[in-house]
Amino acid sequence: MAVPRALPGFLRSSTFRLSVFYVALFFLSVGALLAFIYVQAIATIDTQTEQATKADAAALVQEYTAQGIAGLIDAVEDRIAPDRAGDGLYLLEDDEGAPLAANVQTWPTAEPNPGGWVSFNVDREDGPHQARGLTYALKDGSKLLVARDLHARLDFQELMVDALYYALALTVVLGVGGGLLISRRMLNRLDAINRAAERIRTGDLSHRIGTTGSHDEFDRLSETLNAMLEEIHRLMNGMRTVTDNIAHDLRSPLTRMKGRLEMLLREPADTDAQRVAIERTIADADQLLTTFTALLSIADAQSGSARATMAPLDLDELAGDIVDLYEPAAEERGIAIGHEEGQGSVMGSRQLLFQALVNLVDNAIKNTPAGGTIQVAVRRQAGAVHFVVADSGPGIPETERDRVLEPFVRLDSSRSTPGSGLGLALVAAIARLHGARIELGDNAPGLVVSLIFPVVA
Amino acid sequence: MHLLIVEDDEDTAAYMRKGLMEAGYTVDHAANGRDGLFMATSGSFDAIVLDRMLPGLDGLAVVQAMRAANISTPVLILSALGQVDDRVKGLRAGGDDYLSKPFAFSELHARIEALLRRRDVQSVETKLTVGDLELDLLSRKVKRGDRLIDLQPRELRLLEYLMRHAGQVVTRTMLLEGVWDYHFDPQTNVIDVHISRLRQKLDKGFDKPLLHTMRGAGYSIRAG
Repeated sequence: MAVPRALPGFLRSSTFRLSVFYVALFFLSVGALLAFIYVQAIATIDTQTEQATKADAAALVQEYTAQGIAGLIDAVEDRIAPDRAGDGLYLLEDDEGAPLAANVQTWPTAEPNPGGWVSFNVDREDGPHQARGLTYALKDGSKLLVARDLHARLDFQELMVDALYYALALTVVLGVGGGLLISRRMLNRLDAINRAAERIRTGDLSHRIGTTGSHDEFDRLSETLNAMLEEIHRLMNGMRTVTDNIAHDLRSPLTRMKGRLEMLLREPADTDAQRVAIERTIADADQLLTTFTALLSIADAQSGSARATMAPLDLDELAGDIVDLYEPAAEERGIAIGHEEGQGSVMGSRQLLFQALVNLVDNAIKNTPAGGTIQVAVRRQAGAVHFVVADSGPGIPETERDRVLEPFVRLDSSRSTPGSGLGLALVAAIARLHGARIELGDNAPGLVVSLIFPVVA
Repeated sequence: MHLLIVEDDEDTAAYMRKGLMEAGYTVDHAANGRDGLFMATSGSFDAIVLDRMLPGLDGLAVVQAMRAANISTPVLILSALGQVDDRVKGLRAGGDDYLSKPFAFSELHARIEALLRRRDVQSVETKLTVGDLELDLLSRKVKRGDRLIDLQPRELRLLEYLMRHAGQVVTRTMLLEGVWDYHFDPQTNVIDVHISRLRQKLDKGFDKPLLHTMRGAGYSIRAG
């Protein structure tokens, strides 16, 4: 994962990321909406101002035409009277540039645009304002400026910008807050499903995922998963029943067969040849049973039913036991077996893990020549516990290492030695039962088999 | 000694019965769980051999019912289910020992002997003796005659187990269970090598061997 682990869970969740995306999208659409309103409103204000200015100017020009300059001066004076002073701006100058009636001090310096409109700044009590208006040259040489103060437009602009900020801030707060709330809610539901699934995966097969009764998507998901679990449970029970029945139905005749042969062996035999034949038949029956027991053990480990008897287990103690048990047998073959002390505890089945170890050490002893060494070690490495059996035998070529973990696979080099070809398959099944990986490596020379257990916090 | 065999398979029952009678036991037989439980509660048996899978009443239910009725007769559970948790379940239900089918008769015999002996030995011993061999359980010292024998801790445990079962046959699986507490059938000769090492230390230089190999069965420590 690229996201740092320090982030709280809900910040890493996809629901939260989705809600952030939606907040951004919402942010953009609110911005676009406000921009549209802004542009439209400004255009309307501008049009209204223009029309008012035009109408005002037309009225004044008409006054001039009817009453002459004196009438015009009266009309302008009337409009700029303090009690009526609004946004209207007027400047009437005679042909020499002396003001006749005005509330604007200086004639705008800017050139009017082709429509006759001129923009300029005007000093008002609260500072300079923008203004826009029309200029007229009258017949007697005097000039008239009719303009409008644009502060309303600017006020509106400011208002819109403020509104934009508030709206965006509110969007972010509501969006992120809502996103967090929704993602936490969703995560809680998902977590509940996850926890239940984990509990089932680790062996509690009768556990089921809870539902809230709201019949929403999560409930439907839980129900579907529960139905699936029911099916798995049923199938596994079926498997278990089948293996149990096989165990019973095949072992019973074998028991009888062995029993009869042993009874026969206790009677005085007619000939030595008969005695030898009986002994060999018993040995064959034993071989059959060994293979059969190994197969059942593999099936049993795969079914995961032994998870119920798992307990905290000191692997180093197990390593000590196996070395203790095999030391004389190894020494008899001229092999030194050693226990490299270490630390590591896992949840596990003591009997099954020891059986796995017995298989590994048996293999190591069979394959190590006299004068060789076998090391059993428990090491803590990179957040995992490594349970290692290393020998100095011929090892296994890299290309064959995956294959030997399968049942009944025996390398050509070991065909001549006794064994069922199920040992490593059983070890692999027991490792899987414990959530451990099995790794075959090169001990240069020799084989090193590691069972790698995840460390439970 | 009076034994009860509860086993539904006629052949297996006959084979066990024949062998055990030859070994000098009086043997009764029940072919289903209900009869077995009835006989176990009424008769006075010294040990019971009980099959796990029985028609009528399951083997585990029989032990549980027996124990609930305060019948403490030692029970050896036989089962074709040899898996780890089956064994645990069997012992938890009140069984004293558990043997997977198929088994060698010698294994069954040795385990029945051990069960019967377990009942006799209730007192706390501080010293085990077989012939001129002496194991002091407190000082953990071993003497044969006047000679002090130096044993490794594991050899000491092995010797203690053998001496506690002196005169009986002890099988390889019993040794693995009793000394190392692991339950499986050691296919290889690991146990034999331990025994031969122990024998070297115990019997070398003495006229009369104490540690005997019982062919096809196991080992036995005895004076005679």
